[in-house]
Amino acid sequence: MHRDSDRYRLFSRRSILLGGSQAVLFAALAGRMYYLQVVESERYTTLAEENRVSLKLLAPPRGRIVDRFGRPMAVNRQNYRAMLIPEKAVDVARALDRFSRVVPLSEAEAKRILREVGRKRRFLPVLVRENLTWDEVARIEVNAPELGGVSIDVGQSRYYPDGVYTAPILGYVSAVSEEEMTGDPLLELPGFRIGKAGVERVHDEALRGRSGTSQVEVNALGREIRELERREDQPGTEAWLTVDLELQKYTARRLGEQAAAAVVMDAHTGDVLTLASTPTFDPNSFNRGLTPEEWRNLIGDPRSPLNNKAIAGQYAPGSTFKMAVALAALESGAVTPDSRVFCPGHMELGNATFHCWKPEGHGTMNMVDGIVQSCDVYFYEIARRTGIDRIAAMARRLGLGAKAGIDLPGEKSGLIPSRAWKKKAKGESWQTGETLLAGIGQGFFLITPLQLAVMTARLVNGGKAVRPRLTKQLVPFDARETAGPDLPAFDSLDIHPSHLELVTNAMAGVMNSPRGTAFRARIKQTGRRMGGKTGTVQVRRITKAEREAGVLKNEELPWEERDHALFVGYAPVDNPRYVVSVIVEHGGGGASVAAPIARDILLEVQERDPSRGRPQARLPGDAVSGPAEREG
Amino acid sequence: MALSSSHDPELTLGRKIRQIPWMLVLLVTMTASVGFVMLYSAAGGNLDPWTSRQMPRFGVGLAVMLVVALTDIRLWLRYAYVFYGLSLALLIAVEFVGAVGMGAQRWIDFGFVSVQPSEIAKVTLILALARYFYASRVEDVGRLTHLFVPALLIAAPVILVLGQPDFGTAVLLLFTGVVLLFLAGVRAWLFAFAGLAAVAAIYPIWQFVLLDYQKARVLTYLRPENDPLGAGYHILQSKIALGSGGLFGKGFLQGSQSHLNFLPEKQTDFIFTVLAEEFGMAGGFGLLGLYLLLLIYGFAVSLRCRNHFGRLVAMGVISALFLNIFVNVAMVMGLLPVVGIPLPLISYGGTAMLMLLFSFGLLMCVYVHRDVTLGPGAASGD
Repeated sequence: MHRDSDRYRLFSRRSILLGGSQAVLFAALAGRMYYLQVVESERYTTLAEENRVSLKLLAPPRGRIVDRFGRPMAVNRQNYRAMLIPEKAVDVARALDRFSRVVPLSEAEAKRILREVGRKRRFLPVLVRENLTWDEVARIEVNAPELGGVSIDVGQSRYYPDGVYTAPILGYVSAVSEEEMTGDPLLELPGFRIGKAGVERVHDEALRGRSGTSQVEVNALGREIRELERREDQPGTEAWLTVDLELQKYTARRLGEQAAAAVVMDAHTGDVLTLASTPTFDPNSFNRGLTPEEWRNLIGDPRSPLNNKAIAGQYAPGSTFKMAVALAALESGAVTPDSRVFCPGHMELGNATFHCWKPEGHGTMNMVDGIVQSCDVYFYEIARRTGIDRIAAMARRLGLGAKAGIDLPGEKSGLIPSRAWKKKAKGESWQTGETLLAGIGQGFFLITPLQLAVMTARLVNGGKAVRPRLTKQLVPFDARETAGPDLPAFDSLDIHPSHLELVTNAMAGVMNSPRGTAFRARIKQTGRRMGGKTGTVQVRRITKAEREAGVLKNEELPWEERDHALFVGYAPVDNPRYVVSVIVEHGGGGASVAAPIARDILLEVQERDPSRGRPQARLPGDAVSGPAEREG
Repeated sequence: MALSSSHDPELTLGRKIRQIPWMLVLLVTMTASVGFVMLYSAAGGNLDPWTSRQMPRFGVGLAVMLVVALTDIRLWLRYAYVFYGLSLALLIAVEFVGAVGMGAQRWIDFGFVSVQPSEIAKVTLILALARYFYASRVEDVGRLTHLFVPALLIAAPVILVLGQPDFGTAVLLLFTGVVLLFLAGVRAWLFAFAGLAAVAAIYPIWQFVLLDYQKARVLTYLRPENDPLGAGYHILQSKIALGSGGLFGKGFLQGSQSHLNFLPEKQTDFIFTVLAEEFGMAGGFGLLGLYLLLLIYGFAVSLRCRNHFGRLVAMGVISALFLNIFVNVAMVMGLLPVVGIPLPLISYGGTAMLMLLFSFGLLMCVYVHRDVTLGPGAASGD
């Protein structure tokens, strides 16, 4: 027992040592716990919250675009989509097979879906098919029992009810490209679209609206457990345009399939009622995504459907420029209205001959006659007397050769040449022959159809520097009342009223005098009568040999060598309100091709809506009280 | 071998029952009940799948504990090596017929029940070492040659478990063995020497023994923030759960970290985190307090025991319990690498629960037989 007691003492001593060290270790655990749960608690609480809560963006519905009367031009449509949740489908390949028996899927679609399934987590939905028709939705719903894992979900997609007519104005939306990512998380939402052209692009930020957020509790895998908090999204602003949708459609149809453009403007307010460019494209197909073939067709068409000819097509003005020349001559005092010029059918300058469009000549012309009959020799002569720099200055005052400043992207400025310009651009000095050509709007001159409309408006509105506008107002989605649009006051161009009157009267004569070049395209109804000016622009040079052999008729030429047909006009004659410009590329004569189109448009705009004369009469306001009234 | 009791009055069954430390039974039941509650919470407020299965196991374990408490302590002394041998056989068998779980072979499926041999080895090693040192003379213990057998007794299960591979349990076995050597009276300088040798062995072990996932765990233990979505994820999430629990916790069933599955293995290795997230530091201290009472009770039993075998067994059981608790809690708090050690009496798991209650049975048995002298053993030179 003695030895055992020895052993016991040793054991006890060591037990107490052991117990002591265990106590120390236990205290260490307690200390660590205190550190984590009390000292560092706040930090870890934040981290736990970050773990738990995930922020989800809610895409706002894009603001509508409506015409001046509130008729929808761009809306959002319910987009029925079939989604597949792989986890619920279990066997994805089999599920797709069953699905394509109900709604056929192409090989490529199936491949894309399988690829996406492989990339995403099993419980996240994968898009199977977008833009389902009612019929397809119904078929999927009926077959739901066999289509495990497939569900129908409703998104929104942009829709242009009259897309092919409104495309030059509205542009289109499409998916955000890599370069366009600004870091705004909204842009990274799957399926988000932004404006790429036209009004959709100009007002993109406003139309987008503000995204809402939804705080959802997620588990470690990212699966949503429940929604904690929600901040509703703010729908985009509604854009009211100055356009009259019906007139726009009418004009586009009237231009048909030709490569042409037409602009209708209110001469006093600058409201652009119509801005047509044909042929065009279907913006809905851009939203959906173009097939390579569709894209090739658009790019390959010589009539350039993607180019908005009304603002980006640049043409020589031809005889439509004669009003500018006349005003420059009158204002500079180079000629008086009664100054006479004899037209023998041509004019000699040095050893060059400048021909009138009428080979036998017009005889003695004054200014009104010169405009009404569009006598080229008369204008060669007064251009020579006025000089290029004065002509150029007047052209610029009338709005030519510079961007009109319309709220659309991609506007071209055109070109009004002068001595200084030629010296700088070509390094050559100006030739008198070029001044003569300037008299009939040929040579270096380039203008756009929009500029022609602006010029005409400034002629007929009493010489006010009117500027075009396309946006009437932007109405935020929650606006209770909307202020009427403030009509801008335009500066006077300081052109003598009697000179303007003379020119506009002469334009009336072009249409209404039996000798006028466009007499046959006149409006006969009294009170609706119009004034105007034709223009025919050669796109090729007629050689002397050719002229002697007899100039080929336009129809005998290949399309791309035919003349451009131009026309500018206004109505009604007594109290001008509307102006129009029409250009038909390679269309032929201004009088025979462009004038009838302009006449029809001017008649239409006058008959369509008399109340438009008072733009305050029908305004938004209570028509836009909230999202409830928005198109779905 | 003098294994008979010499002078003590015969212990009848009735006397034994009265001797059972019911306080200990109560403490064990209370602790296990905390476990049931936490398993209920870990299952998202469901009895299934864990609590409903853990409770009957505890019932069986409680019965086993009481039966063991009433057995004659001489039985365990006599058959200590046999049990040890059987557990080694199971450890070898698991190599061939074992089921793989958590990247290691740890289970033997007997059809009606599957068993973790390494958990059994934890107890049989204690018995075998206690048996050996009970029979050793105090002078012999000081001798180096005398340590050959106990070293072998420890090394065999440690190496087998390491090969499964179950690093955590192997370390626990090793430390339990070392603690017993220490208590038996092995010279202190030997431990210092072994400690130095262990430090020296770190490099070869790192290079040739540890598997990649084990190395990763050690590395992430050292720097968990370096890889928050990879290997450091578990530690970081566990610390977040603990820290966000604060002083009094988020409330029962309100632990976002636990219920949103940010915690790995929340029903086994990380159950303490669930507790500390939902009941805060107060809850954690409460459980540690229960454990502390258990440990103190064990110490008292050991020190009051008049036979060396009983003392060593009791101390071994208590030390193993302490090591289990410490390694698990330190692990979930980011003080030790994640090694996969369950929390005693709380974590879900059959064999561990059963063997733990079995070892508490041994502790009670020691208490019941505290006044029984087993003779001097080898000390008598008989």
